[in-house]
Amino acid sequence: MAHKIRVVIAKPGLDGHDRGARVIARALRDAGMEVIYTGLRQTPEQIVAAALQEDADVIGLSILSGAHMHICPAVMALLEEKGLRDVLVVVGGIIPDVDIPRLEAIGVRGIFLPGTPMQEIVDFIRKHARLRVESV
Amino acid sequence: MESRGEQSERSTRRGSFTTVSGRPIQPLHTPADLAGIDYRRDLGDPGDFPYTRGIHATGYRGKLWTMRQFAGFGTPEETNTRYKQLLAAGGTGLSVAFDLPTLMGRDPDHELSLGEVGKCGVSVASLADMEALFDGIDLGGVTTSMTINSPAAMIFAMYLAAAEKQGVSWKTLSGTIQNDILKEFVAQKEYIYPPRPSMRLVTDVFAFCTEHVPKWNTISVSGYHIREAGATAAQELAFTLRDGIEYVQYGIHAGLDVDAFAPRISFFFNSHSDFFEEIAKYRAARRIWARVMRDRFHARNPRSWQLRFHAQTAGVSLTAQQPYNNVVRTALQALAAVLGGAQSLHTNSLDEALALPTAEAATLALRTQQVIAYETGVPNVVDPLGGSYFVETLTRDLEEEALAYFDTIDGMGGMVEAIERGYPQKEIAESAYRFQQAVERGERVIVGVNDFVEAGEAPIGILYIDHSVAEKQCARVDRVRSTRDAGTVRASLARLQDGARNGENMMPLLVEAARAYATIGEMCDALRQVWGEYEEIPVI
Repeated sequence: MAHKIRVVIAKPGLDGHDRGARVIARALRDAGMEVIYTGLRQTPEQIVAAALQEDADVIGLSILSGAHMHICPAVMALLEEKGLRDVLVVVGGIIPDVDIPRLEAIGVRGIFLPGTPMQEIVDFIRKHARLRVESV
Repeated sequence: MESRGEQSERSTRRGSFTTVSGRPIQPLHTPADLAGIDYRRDLGDPGDFPYTRGIHATGYRGKLWTMRQFAGFGTPEETNTRYKQLLAAGGTGLSVAFDLPTLMGRDPDHELSLGEVGKCGVSVASLADMEALFDGIDLGGVTTSMTINSPAAMIFAMYLAAAEKQGVSWKTLSGTIQNDILKEFVAQKEYIYPPRPSMRLVTDVFAFCTEHVPKWNTISVSGYHIREAGATAAQELAFTLRDGIEYVQYGIHAGLDVDAFAPRISFFFNSHSDFFEEIAKYRAARRIWARVMRDRFHARNPRSWQLRFHAQTAGVSLTAQQPYNNVVRTALQALAAVLGGAQSLHTNSLDEALALPTAEAATLALRTQQVIAYETGVPNVVDPLGGSYFVETLTRDLEEEALAYFDTIDGMGGMVEAIERGYPQKEIAESAYRFQQAVERGERVIVGVNDFVEAGEAPIGILYIDHSVAEKQCARVDRVRSTRDAGTVRASLARLQDGARNGENMMPLLVEAARAYATIGEMCDALRQVWGEYEEIPVI
């Protein structure tokens, strides 16, 4: 049996608007992925710990509050520190254009803005996730 | 996604005809649909029970709605400048958007505030910030709405202390504090304490204002966020009004006379894109509330029966693609709110799917309301859609759906109990997912997003909040802590904890702490130690 792609969906920062996080979590699950939703107000440390514990192939961060330039670098640095460089990191939310190259430069691979079809995100993850546990 | 183009086979429309909430719509309504609707009993003239046609006999002829634009960003000084611009441009009320640290009861230098200070609203950590926010604005001469919930009582205490320092009597203060914690558990998720102590803070504000700040609207029971989280129109209506019922029950349980506090309860609804469904929603809301207050709670004062509401156009309907389309969406949504009889209105700015609005975008949003008010002629007649076969049918259908939800929630023991078992949260999540699937399948067209798409759009200029705001706010809170009387602050925080334990009304104690320049984080932490913090069990 093929290993399912394992995705941690996290909602970092103080914001509680979780509609996007929940909708995409369900869409990924319906697309056959194993989805772990961390819930609200996760620190970068908690998110990376969840990814480690869950053997995640992908981390999806939902950020609408404008805190992405603080949260994403912290998550990327912790992943590096824990030897999780191959975890695919994607971000969904309200991200100003000027910040997109800045996020890409630190290793965020997919940045999905409002109006992105769910299927596009599913396809992106299928294409770019490197399974950490090979098929058994 | 491929655009079908303007000249497509769209002239022969197939498939289902449904509202944005998924409600099937019949092709035609006739007098037969109104069988069973009695004019006097179910509609009444405007100004008459059950207020379906509006709470004022003269509609907008006596007074237009208040054009109240929600604004706040960066430091108190920056937001103060924006307020003065809005007032100079003809805005008639202020509405404060606070940043996330403030909304969550954290000081700007708390570790969880990192990256969030001044981003989604203005940062207000102590009385010093509140004074700067309203510097040069006479608090006796404006009405102020404050969107704050978990720490509503703390922020309101700071506002009262600021008014005192301006020499303005509390008796003359007029405005609204959102103070609606139930919808935080249901939808917006900015909660601090568990539901029961949170409800106590709400009823403490009711009791305090009845005596000391009689013109203040003590709560704005909000469907806006419930709708934004994905609820249908009927769910927004049902959960909001059921929240309202819960507050009235808790107020009565706290020993208040219903007619002493119910007239100061106001509501806040979304104005979404489905034009007639929204208008019907407001009309149904007034009818349901009037009957609930008279028949369920036996209120005798007609002001307790009258549902007054603020409306805001639907942020969730705005698109990052082709952002100028948002001006049109907002105008139509605003018109629906006016036809539904809103007492005040906020129109969103075209750039809000991208960032907080620029000053130009915020002005255009206000102009949209002014065009409706002064050019369309719509406010010249009261409830122009009253009696429409379609609108009255929709009004009745929405009412019936809401009442069915009331039965379910009553069966669970009430809204607090329903929230504790995650019922409204699950209902809303289901609706949100169904909506997104309909968009994905192309059953629901969003212009510029899944149809009529344009490649290579030019970006528009947006407001960018930089990190210097956080530095300034951290420096100010530092300065406040080093210049105030530390002993007075310590004593006031200890009194808060005592009050929380012994069941006193918390408001006078919070005002004392605010006067002493205790910070929002200190006040909220003192009560976190007594009441604990709420944590939601994450479900998808």
